[in-house]
Amino acid sequence: MSDEYRAMMHRSEVAVSVELQTQDMTLNIGPQHPSTHGVLRLVAQVDGERITSVEPVIGYMHRGYEKLAEVRSYAQMTALVNRIDWVSGFASEVPFIVAVEKLMGIEAPERAQWIRLILTELFRISSHMVFTSSYPLELGATTPLFHVLRERERVLELIEGMTGGRFHPNFNRVGGIKPAAGGGKTQKKVSMDIPEGWLDATRATMERVMLSTHQSDTLVTGNELFKARTVGVGVIPGDKAVEYGLSGPNLRASGVAYDLRKHEYHLPYDQVDFDVISAPGGDCYDRYWVRLQEIRESVKIVLQAIDKIPDGPLRAKAPRVLKVPKGQIYVRGENPKGEFGYYLISEGGQKPYRLKIRSTSFSNLSILPWVLKGALVPDLVAVMGSLDFVLGDVDR
Amino acid sequence: MPPGREPGDRTHGAAHRPLDLDRPTKWIDFRSRKPANGPGGYTERATLVRNQYFGDYTTVAVFLLSGALLVAAAIIVARIVAPRRPSRLKATPYESGIEPIGGGWNQSHIRYYVFALLFLVFDVEAIFIFPWAVSTDYFKSIGNGGLVFFEMFAFVLILILGLVYAIRKGVLRWE
Amino acid sequence: MEDFIVAAVKTVIAFALLFTVVLLLVWIERRIVAFMQNRLGPTRAGPLGILQTLADGMKLLFKESMTPDRVEVWLYLAAPIMALVPAVLIFLVVPIGAPITIGGTEYTLQVTDLNVGVLYVLAMSSMAVYAIALAGWSSGSKYPLLGSVRSAAQMISYEAAMGLALVPVIMFNGTTSLAGIVEAQGATYFGFLPAWNIVLLPSFVVFVIAMFAETNRAPFDLVEAEQEIVGGFHTEYSGFRFALFFLAEYINLFNMSALTVVFFLGGWQGPVFGPTVLQWILPVIYFFAKTFAIVFLFIWVRGTLPRMRYDQLMGFGWKRLIPVSLAWIILAMIAVGIRRFGLPWA
Repeated sequence: MSDEYRAMMHRSEVAVSVELQTQDMTLNIGPQHPSTHGVLRLVAQVDGERITSVEPVIGYMHRGYEKLAEVRSYAQMTALVNRIDWVSGFASEVPFIVAVEKLMGIEAPERAQWIRLILTELFRISSHMVFTSSYPLELGATTPLFHVLRERERVLELIEGMTGGRFHPNFNRVGGIKPAAGGGKTQKKVSMDIPEGWLDATRATMERVMLSTHQSDTLVTGNELFKARTVGVGVIPGDKAVEYGLSGPNLRASGVAYDLRKHEYHLPYDQVDFDVISAPGGDCYDRYWVRLQEIRESVKIVLQAIDKIPDGPLRAKAPRVLKVPKGQIYVRGENPKGEFGYYLISEGGQKPYRLKIRSTSFSNLSILPWVLKGALVPDLVAVMGSLDFVLGDVDR
Repeated sequence: MPPGREPGDRTHGAAHRPLDLDRPTKWIDFRSRKPANGPGGYTERATLVRNQYFGDYTTVAVFLLSGALLVAAAIIVARIVAPRRPSRLKATPYESGIEPIGGGWNQSHIRYYVFALLFLVFDVEAIFIFPWAVSTDYFKSIGNGGLVFFEMFAFVLILILGLVYAIRKGVLRWE
Repeated sequence: MEDFIVAAVKTVIAFALLFTVVLLLVWIERRIVAFMQNRLGPTRAGPLGILQTLADGMKLLFKESMTPDRVEVWLYLAAPIMALVPAVLIFLVVPIGAPITIGGTEYTLQVTDLNVGVLYVLAMSSMAVYAIALAGWSSGSKYPLLGSVRSAAQMISYEAAMGLALVPVIMFNGTTSLAGIVEAQGATYFGFLPAWNIVLLPSFVVFVIAMFAETNRAPFDLVEAEQEIVGGFHTEYSGFRFALFFLAEYINLFNMSALTVVFFLGGWQGPVFGPTVLQWILPVIYFFAKTFAIVFLFIWVRGTLPRMRYDQLMGFGWKRLIPVSLAWIILAMIAVGIRRFGLPWA
């Protein structure tokens, strides 16, 4: 190819790409939009279908939990904190209760800790199943939703069997856990524990969950159109993910194999064998894939835990009226969506002086303007869905 | 057969040519059917039996009118039976629950005037090929079939080259 | 006079048939998709919920049709009509059964047999883009505008692919009349294989894919992708005006399935036997059976696949479908040429 020819090609290239003078359109996506998971509002500048900039506007669901905490007693707070991220309520209860326990110098008995671990993992399965079911829906595939949610219902039934609640178990007590559902006064001695048959039911359900992940694999994971929509879309490199404070599966999908379950042992995760799933791509497909694999890992953990669960009391001795001594503490745990932490300041007395909630989705959402720059409107949906945030968790 | 018509009477359409299709071709015609344009083929019979009532397009017009009337009637019925309580908020264009920012008609960049041009080329091409496709027999019968055939062949090839050029130039990329 | 009566009767029957079929179609789709998704779908209105569509239609009839204040009123009002009427008009040329002879007169089971049926069909199906583009543009709102802009690009791209896919069919059958194409497929290969045009497999595949795009069905339903642009072009439509769009969509679905059957699957052709009445009815049954098989394909795909992205859709149309159709046209030309003129060296 001669230089003249190349120059000619270049000239004609320029002639083809003459752009018309256009202005960007300001497009409000949300708060009432089918794919913003509630009331997120994105103010996007779009040039045709290309997004030039996007600014998330949050706060439509602000319920003031941090402020509420200052006028609620510690016992009342568990009912509030599991409503922050309602898809994984129990998992956000645990760090709070552990923070209180640590300040008070109480340690929950081992059996209670194992039950906490099992329930956390069940909520992780449930939360990830919400993701694997609804994410294809955002890309326009309606069927996976129903197939996966049906199996999730089994998991919720397990949670209900143990705690009596499906979404908001409110099951933690300072010093341990609440007696299991069905434990009445007359049966106090025998049934203040895991309900009869629950462990077998869990084994059966875990099999169904594994089957469901297999179904997801066959229906969604290998689907060419699904791949076309997600592979290479919304790529977050590892360093950017760390910079923006991403955590959980979103971080691990960017190649950073960091899992709090391997670092903070307020639950006996050190005694179970599981892998930290991570993927190098950092795109939407990897974020989906990591969550799907994490369901499998969680199943592994649950199956090990129900074999290892020791006998013993459910609750350590704790005063009836909780008075937390003066002090400060930060406790964080691996919520299904990532790092979830509480910074608790106590000035003594029955109420926290200040509670700062480090909610996962808020940090995960913060990368949205960066990652959506230059994306297409359909990619916006794909990226937003893949970050898997809960608006209650963003706005608190 | 309508009264007053003889087989072989052409009712409409272009005058039909004598076709010489009974001459055996070198190709083994393994299909049991007679060609549509041959004697006793579809076209000949269709011109005889088709639409003894008013012409094809009158029917189209009748159908169009009755369709439009039906829709209009439905809209009028809806207008009568449906409630009408307009309010300012109801009349606001939808923008995800927020007061719309700016108008709905920005001059935003639509990236496919090139596609529109290409569409024109290819749709017109298809329009050219259709009459050619039904009249190869005729051109064969008047003797210059090969030439006409080859011309269309060349035409399609040139268009393919055009499409390849467009793809190579990158005008079909999205940016 | 007799001709007028025949035409009037045919028109009435055609309309009745079309709307009945569409009412059934919506119900069938909802039920089948529901079964694919572990649900039941509508079961309450009428036996097995068969009247659900009628109930929905009645409900929409009694709903307020709101007109937003930024619309271009006349275009806004005309768009639903422009969507529905061409959809209905396509059905005009679809032969739904073999011609029947009563009292020495032959009646075709087709409202009219245009000699340029294929062109007519293509013209009418491209009218749909006007309705959608105008509906979106005249709404004076952003999401509908995005939807209409998408639809214009999508439909013209796949329109071209669709037209090109039909060229080999016309070359092989030697006519552009739909009745003629069906009749040509009544022949057999080697005396037993039905000579359906499905042997033109690449054409069939391209046509079916283009059909998905033309009817705005999943996986090409970008025009009304509710997760992205809410309702697309019909976001600002409510009440009966919305119902008209909905109706048009399903009429198009039925029409396109019927056209696939006509062009590629032999139309009403099939083994016919028995008394005269049975000989009239069987082709009609074959036609509808084949059509609903294609409809099932539509529903099946909708229940399985996610939506394509816009640039992928356009790329797929222009870089895959159209080149494939063009290459296939060349091959078909060579085949037809050899058949007509013999081998060049012979």
